[in-house]
Amino acid sequence: MKLLKLVPDNTNIKFLKLRIPFFVVSIALIVGSWAAVMVNGLNFGVDFAGGQEVRITFEEREAAPIPSLRELVGGLGYGEPVVQEFGGPNAVSIRVALPEGAEDTPGAATAIGGEVIAAIAAQYPDARTDGNDTVSGKVAGEFRNSAILALLAAMGLVSVYIWVRFEWQFGVGAMFALVHDVSVTLGLFALTQMEFSLQIVAAILAIIGYSLNDTIVVYDRIRENLKKYRKMPLPELLDLSVNETLARTIMTSLTLFVALIPLLIFGPPSLFGMVAAITAGLFIGTYSSVYMAGPLLIWMGVTSDSFVPQESAIDRQEKIVRGEV
Amino acid sequence: MLDFPLWKKLWLWGLTLAAAVLALPSLFNVSGLDWPSALPNPQVNLGLDLAGGSHLLLEARATDVRVQRLENMEESVRQLMRNAKPRIRIGDVSTGDGRMSFMLESPADIDRARGLIEPLMQGANLTREWDLSVVDGQRIVLVPTSAGIDAALNDAMESATEVVRRRIDELGTREPTIIRQGDTRIVVQVPGLEDPEALKSLLGQTAQLEFKMVDLNALPENVQAGVAPAGSEIFPYAPGTPQEGQFEAVRRLGGIRGDSLTGAQAGVDPTSNQNVVNITFDAQGGAKFAKLTTENVGKPFAIILDGQVLSAPNINEPIIGGRAQISGSFTPESANNLAISLRSGALPVPLTVVEERTVGPDLGADSIRRGLLAMAVGSIAVIALMVASYGRFGIYSTIALVFNVLMLLGIMAIGNFTLTLPGIAGFVITIGAAVDANVLINERIREERARGRKVIAAVETGYKEASRAIWDANITNFIAGVALFAFGSGPVKGFAVVLVVGLFTSVFTGMVLTRMWVAGWLRKARPADIHI
Repeated sequence: MKLLKLVPDNTNIKFLKLRIPFFVVSIALIVGSWAAVMVNGLNFGVDFAGGQEVRITFEEREAAPIPSLRELVGGLGYGEPVVQEFGGPNAVSIRVALPEGAEDTPGAATAIGGEVIAAIAAQYPDARTDGNDTVSGKVAGEFRNSAILALLAAMGLVSVYIWVRFEWQFGVGAMFALVHDVSVTLGLFALTQMEFSLQIVAAILAIIGYSLNDTIVVYDRIRENLKKYRKMPLPELLDLSVNETLARTIMTSLTLFVALIPLLIFGPPSLFGMVAAITAGLFIGTYSSVYMAGPLLIWMGVTSDSFVPQESAIDRQEKIVRGEV
Repeated sequence: MLDFPLWKKLWLWGLTLAAAVLALPSLFNVSGLDWPSALPNPQVNLGLDLAGGSHLLLEARATDVRVQRLENMEESVRQLMRNAKPRIRIGDVSTGDGRMSFMLESPADIDRARGLIEPLMQGANLTREWDLSVVDGQRIVLVPTSAGIDAALNDAMESATEVVRRRIDELGTREPTIIRQGDTRIVVQVPGLEDPEALKSLLGQTAQLEFKMVDLNALPENVQAGVAPAGSEIFPYAPGTPQEGQFEAVRRLGGIRGDSLTGAQAGVDPTSNQNVVNITFDAQGGAKFAKLTTENVGKPFAIILDGQVLSAPNINEPIIGGRAQISGSFTPESANNLAISLRSGALPVPLTVVEERTVGPDLGADSIRRGLLAMAVGSIAVIALMVASYGRFGIYSTIALVFNVLMLLGIMAIGNFTLTLPGIAGFVITIGAAVDANVLINERIREERARGRKVIAAVETGYKEASRAIWDANITNFIAGVALFAFGSGPVKGFAVVLVVGLFTSVFTGMVLTRMWVAGWLRKARPADIHI
């Protein structure tokens, strides 16, 4: 049986030849992502904005009466609801934001949720409430804070770990790669206006973990090659390392990708955003391992001295004394 | 590196099979088969987002507790001064700005008053709960200390949690979880709940029942304007009562609190055919109630629930037996709810639902079905890729992957971890990413073979050189996983648990188990070349 080889042996692609244009692209991506976040804003779900979201299935209907629902819920006087199909033509999610000034009323979201459900149940006897999420303004604020804290803590801690295990340049490189991954994922959500929820933050934290896998595998090979080829110019050595680990990078990304795709297609609709984020992060992370984490090492001047035990000053003196130098 | 003595093999297989067997009851359950009831039955807990149910986060306002405490202190001080021999006359009592202060009519009483109040200033465990100071020689000011406020809040939340538990138990739901969280919050999780709205209205009712005499001297126009005569306070009528929109002035002091009840039952009054709640006082409360009604025959008293007047009937005759009937335009449901609330005691502090997550049972079951399907398809795709790419070594990784999933499930079952909807995504990610270790190892073996190393040496170097990156990658993933766990609320925590436990099982199955199998094969077959 002939085995599948996704990447031919001994590839020699000059990844880092284009490091400057690609680095410019990466920086542009980061800046552009933040611009998108500033301009479009993230479409915060109830987790982060507060308010209520109810999911309803109409058991005796082919399709959910979306326009009349919009009218019905809008008529309750809490502003324009977001009504969209969710998981099937006869199922919807209805989101009502917290009205102006209700951020500080702890029970407002729950009260609105109850009213929405009651109004729909009164009008449509076949409506089945599948889910109801209500979050008060205060709790939503706490979720926002803890999300930011968790992202910063995760990025900081893993960078410190890389610094300890490798060298400070590697830690900085990994940190920048992560900033890139997190920024671009946020930018994607700002552009597509997909709902940004707690699950998406969880997805980004998972992306941080898996993007680092790639970075670490490349870094580990760079470290090994630095010891092996002490005279090789750094760009060449980085290219060698990326090429040597290319088969692994492609294969691992592919296995995770083929595991995720069925979840996107057949999985529960409430997981779609999260899985989509992780799938996108898979590509973003692989890219950043090569084009963010790599070039930075060159510019920060990693040398093989970092990993090869150096002669200590005392050794040197002894040599001088013995007349060896 | 490739040396596996028998004891080590036994130990590894033992661990693997033990963890994997623990997954079987959960697998039986999911596929609808009956697990023999004679055997132990560890099951993976399903989160509310998969099993269906309600998650409620209740919050008390700390200020409510403080206000309540000042009022209680006022009541105690008045009683002490009144019962002092000779009586100490006080005036200008106020409980604003987080302090309680009052004036002694005669400055000569100051030492006596201090002596009487002093014992109230000390809490349990000799912590100072109040600071007492004297202003201008005849005004006493009581300020709660922060230790005192903390203790009061803690007591209030402790008993509120107890009351919440009793009320939920009255609903007869199965296995509710009720946990205090932080200083002012209570988490309530009730699986498989039919009517979350009923639960919320039950928990939203503080059920502070008070009986207070109506102030007959108050001018109706002042009462409607919200101006209370001295010594009185004004309450609105509850929504749904015939007097809705009107107000009633009642005497502030001398009433009875409804916290001394031994029973409460919803019923129908045979003469008026109204829904009522019949209550029974304990001995002490009954005596107080008898005294109040005996002294005030012919006068109206207001029945006040959570700051709203339910009704203000006339006292036709003294009520001696410790039984009374509350009427207040109830529906059968609201009468029943009130009876439950009164039976389980009043909440010492009002609770508000600040977060709710409810998932219907159908949606949860649908999520499990879809998740399992996606997991099956994804696994097949991953296995196909691995076997096609690495042949025999791919088969070893596949078997490792199967054990990985079983061990992960088994550890979750025995460790009492909860599988949530995002946890399903965690399983899929674990399946897709666990083989990374094998990919790293196998690619390295390929490389080493290409460089001309002999089979055994190539395999040994492959495992050895790849293990560094595998460890580093898994440790950083672990760090990210811990951040995820610390950040997450319920469902996201479930995701973190799967990822973190999955890291351990995949390192074990991917690095240790496959090495044992590969070593066994190499030893037996002694191949001159390997197909990888």
